[in-house]
Order: sequence, then structure tokens, then C-alpha cells
Amino acid sequence: MKNSIAFGQYCEGSSFLHKLDPRWKLVLAVLYIVTIFLCKNVFSFVLVGVTAVGLVLLSEIKPVLILRSLKPLIMIICITAVINIFWLKGETLLWQFGPVSIYLEGIFNALLIVVRVVLLVAVTTLVLTYTTTPIALTDGLEQLLAPLARIKLPVHEFSMMMTIALRFIPTLLEETEKIMNAQRARGADFSTGSLAKRAKALVPILIPLFISAFRRAEELAIAMECRCYTGGEGRTRMNVLHSSYRDVVAVLVMVAILAGVLVINRFAPGYSISM
Amino acid sequence: MAEIVIKDLTYVYGKGTPYEMKALDNVTVTFKDNMITGLIGHTGSGKSTLVQMLNGLLRPDSGEVFLDGKNIWDEPKEISKVRFKVGLVMQYPEYQLFDETVRRDIAFGPGNMGMKPDEIEKAVEEAARFAGLKPHLLEKSPFDLSGGQKRRAALAGVIAMHPEVLVLDEPAAGLDPGARREILQRIRDYQRESGKSVIIVSHSMEDMAMYCDRVVVMANGAPVIEGTPAEVFSRAEELYSVGLDVPEVTKVARALRDCGVDIGLDIYTVKFAASRLPGVIEQ
Repeated sequence: MKNSIAFGQYCEGSSFLHKLDPRWKLVLAVLYIVTIFLCKNVFSFVLVGVTAVGLVLLSEIKPVLILRSLKPLIMIICITAVINIFWLKGETLLWQFGPVSIYLEGIFNALLIVVRVVLLVAVTTLVLTYTTTPIALTDGLEQLLAPLARIKLPVHEFSMMMTIALRFIPTLLEETEKIMNAQRARGADFSTGSLAKRAKALVPILIPLFISAFRRAEELAIAMECRCYTGGEGRTRMNVLHSSYRDVVAVLVMVAILAGVLVINRFAPGYSISM
Repeated sequence: MAEIVIKDLTYVYGKGTPYEMKALDNVTVTFKDNMITGLIGHTGSGKSTLVQMLNGLLRPDSGEVFLDGKNIWDEPKEISKVRFKVGLVMQYPEYQLFDETVRRDIAFGPGNMGMKPDEIEKAVEEAARFAGLKPHLLEKSPFDLSGGQKRRAALAGVIAMHPEVLVLDEPAAGLDPGARREILQRIRDYQRESGKSVIIVSHSMEDMAMYCDRVVVMANGAPVIEGTPAEVFSRAEELYSVGLDVPEVTKVARALRDCGVDIGLDIYTVKFAASRLPGVIEQ
């Protein structure tokens, strides 16, 4: 059961990517996204594409898994592609029927947008989901956002809420299964009937689930207060994050790629896309 | 009337993952009709897994479950009918209550079975009586009841389905001694009155000794001892070796024997011990 859930699919490993500091991984992901959106022609896309392939190789994760992460996006990708094919007007008319027309530039543009979305999703899942534990990620996020605490944003509280939410996902899944079994034993049927009937069949699961979630929340709050939890001020951490030479190398390479894309955009215009 | 026979049943959790764990290992056991069978075992001995096999919530990896001589997995689409025949009260069943009133919650199972409204009405009243819920409680919200009352409401929700076999996973867990005795007594009365078979899972030796006609002891995913409470509790060494205990009064009997007063090792309730004592004293 737990293994079939497509959440927090962290893949155990000890590759270069696994060993990176989560803070720098977040920075890397942001840099990569920026780079993708700066790409203006085929050559720059080749460069970011090669970078993505390089990252996959570095992560030692099976490419099949990365393709699987793209599966839920197929519909969105297709719709975007189709809209773009018909939307963009260019110079080379390929086909026309009444008001509908397809230009070579439109097809080309659609293709690049598809590549952009695919790279974006593949690389962020690879760097942030497959090779980083959810807890490391929240830790990293908290420390990156720490400066915002100066302007009185409750950064620590946000990240604590995130950590607690992540922590309770398996618990709630287990609970859901228990309640489902209990209602099944009383003859509840969740898998047949019309949509309305199935939606109604969820009530006997959702109500007990909500009640127990609220009860858990209250118990946790009381337990925290009993141990005098006061939030972020003056707290030390159990796992202190350390940056190493790897992080420096990774970020420098990423910056170089970004610069490379800018150079290519300037000197090799090629087919440019308008967004 | 229903008898459940389990043959060569094996079940593995998380098959094919690194977390693979064999919960049931080649289990063969019979739950006889018209009596209370107690299923005892240490935490992780496979009791709860076995219980979920009885009404088809889990499907065995290999082996069969027969209800009245019929393999319940012969027709997988008809498994819900098996669930109506084998009523299961899960651990901490009060967490499954959801409806606006206790009455409607108890009527959930019968409604799913397709009973007619007047039949449901009758079944609910009767189940509430068995579970010891006073009529005025039926109109309350289940969330306003006390812990013991909630437990009994959940029990009534299953009894109302008129199951031929009633299976209870730790029915008394987490209740105070008073509520504990009350719910077990009610289950026993229900069995005696209806003549149906009841299976109780527990790890309280005292409860088992007091309320069961037969006891099955599980260890490491398989039954190791079976018999009447007297037979089972007289084999204290074996029970100790699988991490279980014997009732306090059995320990007293063993201690007495060590002092030279033999009242028998098959003692398992205080009443039973008291009935034996006069004879021994005379000697």
C-alpha cells in the first residue's frame, strides 16, 4: 500500500546528487528553471537538454522512473502543444482551412514548449524529489528563507507545519486504510456504482478520518506545549546542514550553463520563440 | 450456523519489496460452530491478519478459507456476501462511527445489505439491546457518547447485520475494568442467546480464560496450541516460550503444587479453583 503512493518518492542512494546540500539543491533547481526560460533558440535548448541528461546520469536513478514522473502531465503537454500549433502565425504557411491555419513556426514553437515543460518537470523531480528526502527539503527551505524572519515572517513556524504535515501523511494513509476496512466489513462498497454513489460512499470514511485528524492535531499540540515548545528562537538543530566542495562545483557549473545560454542567445539567434 | 475452516494459508505483507514480511505461515485451523473461540497471541503473531482473512478483507497468497464448506474466494465478486455472514468488529471500532445519530450508524450495515426499512428498524433495536445501549442513546450523536458506549454502539453496528460468525479484534482494549467486563459479558450473552459462533482476539489471558470455550494460541504466524482453556493453560511452559502468560490463578495453582498441595494445573478461573479446593483440603 505505502509503496504504491506517488508521494515523496525518495530513492535511496549515495550519488553526487544525493550528497548535495538541500539548500544548494533548491538554488540549483531555481537556476535551472531560470535557464530554461531564458532559452531562445535550438542551440540553447540542446545545452539545457544535455545538462538534464547529465543530471540523470549523475543521480544514478533509472531513467524509467523519471519518465514515470512525466506521466500525469501528458494531457497538459498535449493541450499546450495543440494550442500553440494553431495559435502562432508565421511566414511559412503549411495548411489552411477557413480561419484555421498552421504555420511551420507554430509547429516548431509547440515542440520547444513541450521540451521546456518536460525538462522543467523532469529536472525538478529528479533534484528535489527523487534525490532529496522531504525532511531535508523542508530543512533546506527553512534555512534559505531564514532572512525573511527579519521582516517578521514566521519562517520557522511555516517549515514546522510542513514537516508535521509530511510526518503525518503515512499515519493518515494507514488510518484511512483501517477505516476503509472497517466500513467494508459493514458492507460499504467504494468501487462500484455511479459517480454520485461513489462520492456518497466516501462520507463514512471522511468523517471518521477528519475527526481523528483533529484529535491527533490537538494531542500533538498539547504534547508540544507540555514540553515547552516555543518555536524557532534559540533552537539548535539535530541535523546541521553542511555545504561542501560538491555544492560549490554544482552551482558554478549551473551558473556557467546559464551564462552559456545567454551567450548562445546573443550570438546564434536561429529560430527564436515568442512567449 | 457456520464453521470456518482455514487450510494451508500463507500471507506476506509487501511482497516483492525490501519490507517483505511473512505474517501468516501455512496456517491450518478450524473455528467451530456455536461457541466462543479465543485467539491469543503476542503482538505481531499474525492474529489481526488472520482475522482479516476470515471475512475476505485480505486475500491469501496461498491456501483457502472455507465458510460452511465453501471457499470464500471461489467467486471474488460475491465477497461482500461473505462480509455479511462473517461480521468483523475491528480494533478500536469507535473510530469508524460517522453518522448523525447512533441509530443511523447502527443501520449502516443492514442498509448496505439491502434490508427493508422495517427490518432495519427491528435489527437496530435488537442489536442495541444486545450491546446494552439504552433506547435514549440511539437518538444521540455517536460523538457525544462515552468511550465504553461508543464501543458498544460499534459492536451493535455489526450485530445488527445478523452475521453467522461474529469476529471481534480486541473488543475490550483500552476500556476500564468495568466497561471491559460489561462488553465481554454482553458478547458472551449474545453468543449463548443466539447460538452463533463468536471469535475473540485478545492477549488478555484472564479474559480468555473467563469467556472462551476454546482457545487457539498463535505464535510467529501460525497456531501452536489449541484446545479448551483448561488444556491450553495447563501447558504454561509452552505459553511462556512464545512470550505469553497464564492467568494469575493458574500461577497460584502451580505455586501451590510446588509447596506440595496439588489442586491440578488445569485451573484457569478463580471459581474453578474454589470448587476444587474443598476436596484437596479434605485429603
